[in-house]
Amino acid sequence: MKIASMKIANNMKKSIVLLIAAVMLMPVMASAAGSSVKLESAPIDIFDKESLRRGAKAFGDYCYSCHAASFMRFNRIAKDLEMSEDEVREMLIHTRGKKGEPTKIGDLMKVSMTPEYARSAFGTAVPDLSLTARARGADWVYTYLRSFYVDDSRPTGFNNAVFPDVGMPNVLWALQGLQEPVYKKVMHGDVEVEELEGFKMAQPGKLSSAEYDMFLGDLTNFMVYIAEPVQVERRSLGWKVLLFLVVLFGFAYALKKEYWKDVH
Amino acid sequence: MSNLLGWIDERFPLTKMWNEHLAEYYAPKNFNFWYFFGSLALMVLVIQIVSGIFLTMHYKPDGAMAFASVEYIMRDVPYGWLIRYIHSTGATAFFVVVYLHMLRGLLYGSYKKPRELIWLFGMFIYLALMAEAFMGYLLPWGQMSYWGAQVIISLFSAIPVIGDDLTLWIRGDFVIGDATLNRFFALHVIALPLVLVFLVVAHVLALHEVGSNNPDGVEIKKNKDANGIPLDGIPFHPYYSVKDIVGVVVFLFFFSVVLFYFPDGGGYMLEHANFIASDPLKTPEHIAPVWYFTPFYAILRAVPDKLMGVGAMGGAIVVLFFLPWIDRCKVKSIRYRSGIFKANLIVFCVSFVVLGWLAMQPVTETITFMSRLFSFLYFAFFVVLYVTSKNESTKPVPDRVTS
Amino acid sequence: MSTDNVVDTKRRRFLVNSTSVVAAVGAGFVAVPFLSSWMPSERAKNAGAPVEVDISKLEEGRLLVVEWQSKPVWILKRSAKTLADLPKFEDQLRDPHSENADQQPPYAQNDNRSIKPEISVLVGICTHLGCSPTYRPEIGPADLGDDWLGGYFCPCHSSRFDLAGRVFLGVPAPTNLVVPPHSYMNDNVIQVGVDGESA
Repeated sequence: MKIASMKIANNMKKSIVLLIAAVMLMPVMASAAGSSVKLESAPIDIFDKESLRRGAKAFGDYCYSCHAASFMRFNRIAKDLEMSEDEVREMLIHTRGKKGEPTKIGDLMKVSMTPEYARSAFGTAVPDLSLTARARGADWVYTYLRSFYVDDSRPTGFNNAVFPDVGMPNVLWALQGLQEPVYKKVMHGDVEVEELEGFKMAQPGKLSSAEYDMFLGDLTNFMVYIAEPVQVERRSLGWKVLLFLVVLFGFAYALKKEYWKDVH
Repeated sequence: MSNLLGWIDERFPLTKMWNEHLAEYYAPKNFNFWYFFGSLALMVLVIQIVSGIFLTMHYKPDGAMAFASVEYIMRDVPYGWLIRYIHSTGATAFFVVVYLHMLRGLLYGSYKKPRELIWLFGMFIYLALMAEAFMGYLLPWGQMSYWGAQVIISLFSAIPVIGDDLTLWIRGDFVIGDATLNRFFALHVIALPLVLVFLVVAHVLALHEVGSNNPDGVEIKKNKDANGIPLDGIPFHPYYSVKDIVGVVVFLFFFSVVLFYFPDGGGYMLEHANFIASDPLKTPEHIAPVWYFTPFYAILRAVPDKLMGVGAMGGAIVVLFFLPWIDRCKVKSIRYRSGIFKANLIVFCVSFVVLGWLAMQPVTETITFMSRLFSFLYFAFFVVLYVTSKNESTKPVPDRVTS
Repeated sequence: MSTDNVVDTKRRRFLVNSTSVVAAVGAGFVAVPFLSSWMPSERAKNAGAPVEVDISKLEEGRLLVVEWQSKPVWILKRSAKTLADLPKFEDQLRDPHSENADQQPPYAQNDNRSIKPEISVLVGICTHLGCSPTYRPEIGPADLGDDWLGGYFCPCHSSRFDLAGRVFLGVPAPTNLVVPPHSYMNDNVIQVGVDGESA
């Protein structure tokens, strides 16, 4: 019986190690698909409430006039980011409802722009940003926002390396400055092709490049937060549950040991 | 208290059932790690039913509202996020546990006479589970839900003559639509769970009729003491109930790690594109099924002909039903079987896992070649098994279980 | 299976009990999210958030119905005559002086059941079984009898209330209609759902 139980323990150990390895590998495997542009790693920290508040301000100032985040409620932001409801009101609520009624702090973050108007102005519906960071990934959002460049062939005057022929202009150009594309010539067999190599700053913006990256980091952080507002609570509940299970395991294992003394 | 029990027992076989299935059900004393997964599967079924019932209270099976109602659960319903993650993690856990449970059957020949019916009920459970998972995955109504269902339903169009009408009938519309969502919802929350519960009861009843197999593949009922109790058997309760509780706690630990720290499963349990509402006009760049279907999807992709591909994929599942008759070896446990069988089984397991991985890769020439190779090896397992198992050179099987 | 070593029943009982207790505590924790998922969601809470009502255009005797917590809330501007009629019913009422404190905030616990005498704010749900009574301002209609001086009549089980929402004797409804928490943001705007600073 001793040997058998050791065998079981051994088997269990092996399987547990395998399981952990599988779980840890999953996120690595997942990032395989995507566009050809190498995505920058977004400097975000979902626990950094300062950064999230700055991100909320940036979102309110630059994104929220056109993009909705229509699964998100204003008061949820106040609660999660530890701001007063008045601060959130000041930061994010600039419009009234369809019938002119005041926007409530518990309302969803909708926008007044209709899809029809958006289509006529940008040629496409303006996507809702509630879940973008979850659908595309934080790194995509971050890199996308850095990758606008001047392109006179586009109606908006901008193009984007991560999202070619995107309908949105670079609304952050005053902060970032204007980037021009730098091409290199590459041979594809016998054909010479121009490939985007990088950008050069044609006209600097209000922020230095490091400041701008930090600004985008905060904004991306906020978008990651609104994509799953519960994630901080989720993690903090998680370790309590695990701790409880460890305690329960102690009792259950002792109980099993005690009964199995009978079995020879 | 005992008066009440007596009153009930005169009218309902409560004590009788307790004894037959727990206190006087004698299970072999040499169960190992692999024998946890049956009871774990039962527990996951309960988890899924309970969390599913509560999700149903907030979900809207309506093409215009479904996607938003899932986010409503995730954000607005108190603890809705937890219930939803329990359910989505439970789907993955169900397949993990069931695959390991099936592998246990392969290792120790649990499908062999007299347990063929247990295996068949089990296979029907597996089939119902696949249907249940597939229909459940449509409900979040994201891009992957939509296009995944589109692809799977279109498989039926490969059937000659009736194929196109059949797919139309399944969808109830010319594309996946509100009608499809509604009927899948009904099947997912009522019809298939009923079928599953019925099959699970049949599976367990059949098991308790013939008794459990064990890692030695020895029939413990052959050696009984004066009271007719198997010498190598111990009552399921309390011995295996206390042991299974340990298994349940360990399982819940890993379940919670995934639930609280990797609820997306890195994009394999909740796929990234499923966070975009379904759009009938735009297919996502890269469609891959949820991980538990991938091996069969790889077989489908490996075959260049539509009908043959669907046939191969269906065949890969159907062939498993016949396992009790394909394997003609009298010896049950892998412990006493030939090296050929061991090698064959290892190749089969490796093929299954590799096929699963291949289905998640974008198609290239290498991937297609590998898919074909491993699809071949998958089927070869059954052929080799049939041929070699008739006169397999086995080791002597002990009379009693080894501890 | 053999039992040659003596079973330590005391230890067994202790382990069974302690494991059960810990597991029961766990089950209790598991029940929390499921039970609390039945509580009002953020959406419901937002719908139940205070409502601002502009009463500058409210005519005397015309009932204004607004929605608060998905319930109908009545706002009625009563005429001087109506106010003068209110005391006449006192002997026919179950709770003429609004002594049941659950039915109105303290600031509406007066003879008119209101902050401003003429403006009555009531939750339009019958205290009997939850139907919404109808507003019947006419004097002495055929179906309600000659002594009817205007009030609310519940079509479900014929409960009767006066224009202050006070219930009459001899009808199924047990208590007066509820006055919701409300306050005046200024002379013309009532906020339903928030107690005033005076409270």
